[in-house]
Amino acid sequence: MSAVFEVERLSKAFGGLAVTQAVSLAMAPGDRVALIGPNGAGKTTFVNLVTGHLKPDSGVVRIAGEPLNGMNPMQRVQRGLVRSFQVTRLFPEMTPREHLALAVLQRQGRTGRLYGTLWSMPEVLDESEALLRTLGLEAAADRKVAEIAYGQQRLLEIAFALALRPKVLLLDEPAAGVPQSETPRIEAALAGLPADLAVLMIEHDMDLVFRFAKRVIVLAAGTIIFDGAPGDVTKDARVREAYLGSYADDRSVA
Amino acid sequence: MDADHPASLAGQVARPRFSASADWIGLAAILAAAIIFYLLFPNNLALLTRVIGIVMLVLSVDLVTGFCGVATLGHAALFGAGAYAAGIAAAHFGITDPIAMIAAGAAGGAVAGLISGLVVLRGHGLGQLVLSIAIVNLFHEAANKAASWTGGSDGLTDIAPSPLFGVFAFDLWGRTAYGLGIALLVIVFFLLQRLSRSPFGMLCRGIRQDPIRVAAMGASVRKTLLKMYIISGLVAGVGGGLNAISTQVVGLDSLSFTLSAQALVMLVIGGTGSLYGAIIGTVVFMLFEDFVSAANPFHWLTIMGALLVGVVLFAPRGIFGTAAHLFDQWRRR
Ligand SMILES: Nc1ncnc2c1ncn2[C@@H]1O[C@H](COP(=O)(O)OP(=O)(O)OP(=O)(O)O)[C@@H](O)[C@H]1O
Ligand SMILES: [Mg+2]
Repeated sequence: MSAVFEVERLSKAFGGLAVTQAVSLAMAPGDRVALIGPNGAGKTTFVNLVTGHLKPDSGVVRIAGEPLNGMNPMQRVQRGLVRSFQVTRLFPEMTPREHLALAVLQRQGRTGRLYGTLWSMPEVLDESEALLRTLGLEAAADRKVAEIAYGQQRLLEIAFALALRPKVLLLDEPAAGVPQSETPRIEAALAGLPADLAVLMIEHDMDLVFRFAKRVIVLAAGTIIFDGAPGDVTKDARVREAYLGSYADDRSVA
Repeated sequence: MDADHPASLAGQVARPRFSASADWIGLAAILAAAIIFYLLFPNNLALLTRVIGIVMLVLSVDLVTGFCGVATLGHAALFGAGAYAAGIAAAHFGITDPIAMIAAGAAGGAVAGLISGLVVLRGHGLGQLVLSIAIVNLFHEAANKAASWTGGSDGLTDIAPSPLFGVFAFDLWGRTAYGLGIALLVIVFFLLQRLSRSPFGMLCRGIRQDPIRVAAMGASVRKTLLKMYIISGLVAGVGGGLNAISTQVVGLDSLSFTLSAQALVMLVIGGTGSLYGAIIGTVVFMLFEDFVSAANPFHWLTIMGALLVGVVLFAPRGIFGTAAHLFDQWRRR
């Protein structure tokens, strides 16, 4: 099997509450997987366990066959496991261009350099510029992030992750908080992700999920209750039940 | 993506408004100010040299607080370590060449920076502040106990620096010390300008704005901050070494909580996160203090307090920070 990302029986409990229960999955390069589930199902916790921001009680995570147990988040990023955040985490006083340049420099192991500036590193600037163009961020490129629209910040989160050239990308609700009018741009950005990248996307917006994913995993109360084709997910009795329990109304899995 | 002609892209990128030319203007301004102060206060060169030494301390605080967001009330530990290192080198080891003494000061400051960093960075938020105070108190106590090396509460004397480059003796008027101080300040400032624009400088600013994001991009927050602590120790140590050379005595006050707190106050007055803010804050604070304490020995503390309250209320970004902000707004019109 050519899995680039494997999770094996990952478990975590907060006090008595089992938030992740023996979750297993595998992804190959180029996979497009959506991880969905009702609020509080444990999706973000799963991401935090995988990235090393939380310590699992048991289970193994592997990137390209290498187990990540005991590695801190930093080491995992260096192995090619990169995440975005459910609420954007960017540097408010830096520009998008500076963000991307910093990420490129980090990937190249050059953020420790005490001399030289971005403006004298054409290869770094070129790569940042290319990413800005791919994501359609040219117009905002040189404004402070605190001053740009939230939709653009979400795009920058994606660009920032890409600048690190991950093998596996975990996107935690990439369209959360973005006005409806701007979701098409997020969707376009997702459609344009590198073909060989394995992407696991957490998302509540089902339109986005259906257009993006070739495979859907449903998490409820910390357990995977469905793992299969997007077309089958709405027909699944357990999925319906899980969603009816939390929000039966508009979000319409059915 | 224009992958086929990538070389053309970089040229189109808008450079930041304050770029290389502004750096040279800044250095020229420091030199000009140095000459003006020399002409205005020819009999006060000792005070001016002390100001330069403290400027280095405040720059050093700025590196960890203004750039990286680590608050400290114990930074005199780095400055005092530099002063004692230079003083001990001269008094106990006969290393009286001023350049060598400055080097000893820098090394002493760097070691103190490493030790402080290792301890302070264990904590977070207020914990960091408490640890930094503990560090400077421990250093102070250690220097007090090791009286055979440091002179204890009497201070370390017998510091007799030989002439600079074998030519310029350290005269009574303090001209040589002042010249040395200005030269060191210009060099340090030049290097720190580079540093603040370097990839490392960017990473540090990133840590101040969101350390979790920095870790999530695969960089080590702790290692980066520790490195900055060492660099900040080098800078403070040079200031301490300069002070030892110019006053020819090192006292326990150079290793005190009071000095640490004052350095932070000076930085806030000038404006955190900017090298100019550190200089302006120190110069304003120290000259104002000197002037007021001479003019009104009874109420000078009150007046200093009023200055602080005034700056914090009416110029919350500090003198330089507020001026830069107003200038920025005016340009945008
Ligand atoms: N640090 C923690 N300590 C205790 N309980 C926690 C902690 N973090 C999360 N939980 C609980 O774990 C459960 C899963 O939370 P998680 O954030 O993973 O859900 P989620 O699926 O991402 O939800 P959402 O769709 O709202 O983002 C919730 O009940 C939450 O209250
Ligand atoms: Mg979540």
